[in-house]
Amino acid sequence: MGRLAAALVAAALAAGCASQPVTPALFAVLPAPDGHIGTIAVEHDGDRHVIHAKYGAEQLQADGTLHAETLTEADVQARFGATLAALPAAPASFLLYFLPDSDELTSASKGELEHVFAEIQRRPLPDIVVIGHTDTVGARRYNDRLSLARAERMREMLVERGIPAERIQARGRGERELLVPTADEVHEPRNRRVEINVR
Amino acid sequence: MRNCWMLALMVAASLPAYSADVGLVKVSHGSVAIERGSERIAARVGTPVRPSDVIVTGADGAAGITFSDNSLVSVGPSSVFAIDKYTFDTTTYAGEFQGTLSRGRLAAVSGKMVQQAPESMKIRTPSAIMGVRGTEFVVQVDEPVAQRP
Repeated sequence: MGRLAAALVAAALAAGCASQPVTPALFAVLPAPDGHIGTIAVEHDGDRHVIHAKYGAEQLQADGTLHAETLTEADVQARFGATLAALPAAPASFLLYFLPDSDELTSASKGELEHVFAEIQRRPLPDIVVIGHTDTVGARRYNDRLSLARAERMREMLVERGIPAERIQARGRGERELLVPTADEVHEPRNRRVEINVR
Repeated sequence: MRNCWMLALMVAASLPAYSADVGLVKVSHGSVAIERGSERIAARVGTPVRPSDVIVTGADGAAGITFSDNSLVSVGPSSVFAIDKYTFDTTTYAGEFQGTLSRGRLAAVSGKMVQQAPESMKIRTPSAIMGVRGTEFVVQVDEPVAQRP
């Protein structure tokens, strides 16, 4: 710490904590679209309060005390309407499946590709991450290459439809992240997949 | 001059993302700027966000940002929000997100790092600190009360 900073800290301590100005603030938990209620912990001057309730809130008051309250949906809209309106859309995630030992989609997943494409088009400047996976048939190193080939094939299909290539990242996870856990050398259609995350 | 600036920004926005980029402006209404060191950048849709950036909105402004761990943050009107620290490992999902709302309003939805490690996301206000265990929340900083001796 520099000498000036040390002097400032010393001066602040000498002035005493009681005279530190408190900037009031409000913290509140909102229900997620699926109804899930989250949890936050608010701390001021060693005092720690946990909020876990729909529209549960803590108000830090000018006197330095934390005051628990429950807001209404109308309160939240009145205070945070413009702020909430600017929240970006929640990321969307899709799973598409492949034929065995191939980077060719199943016919059902070829149809599902339309939904993926529609979701991407709805978003301003989409960020897309494609993660390829395999089942446990074949050697691990072979599956690393196959999973990447699946992700890259998916990337090509999206680029062919006009999505800029630099907005899409393709990665392979081989057989490391099985959707359905199996023993080695087991054919499992649900593990032969790509996960497409659209942000 | 202004057109030249806009062209430069458009070119910048079309380049591949730098590894330093941790987020992207997805929503921008009214006056929104990013202060990056001594620079002040107009934050349009597509502007990348980096650690140490400060997002500043005018009375008519609001901005929405997506981060690499899928955290979503929106900054409301007349607000100042600093990204003090942001790290995220896309393989292990370990990371740290520390931000300071020094004035105004913020709404957020936590992402994968908080799923992995509760309270890895922390939001400070001038007088308090909040640890996020998930998922949706709002914060408002009121005008400070005049200090009395």
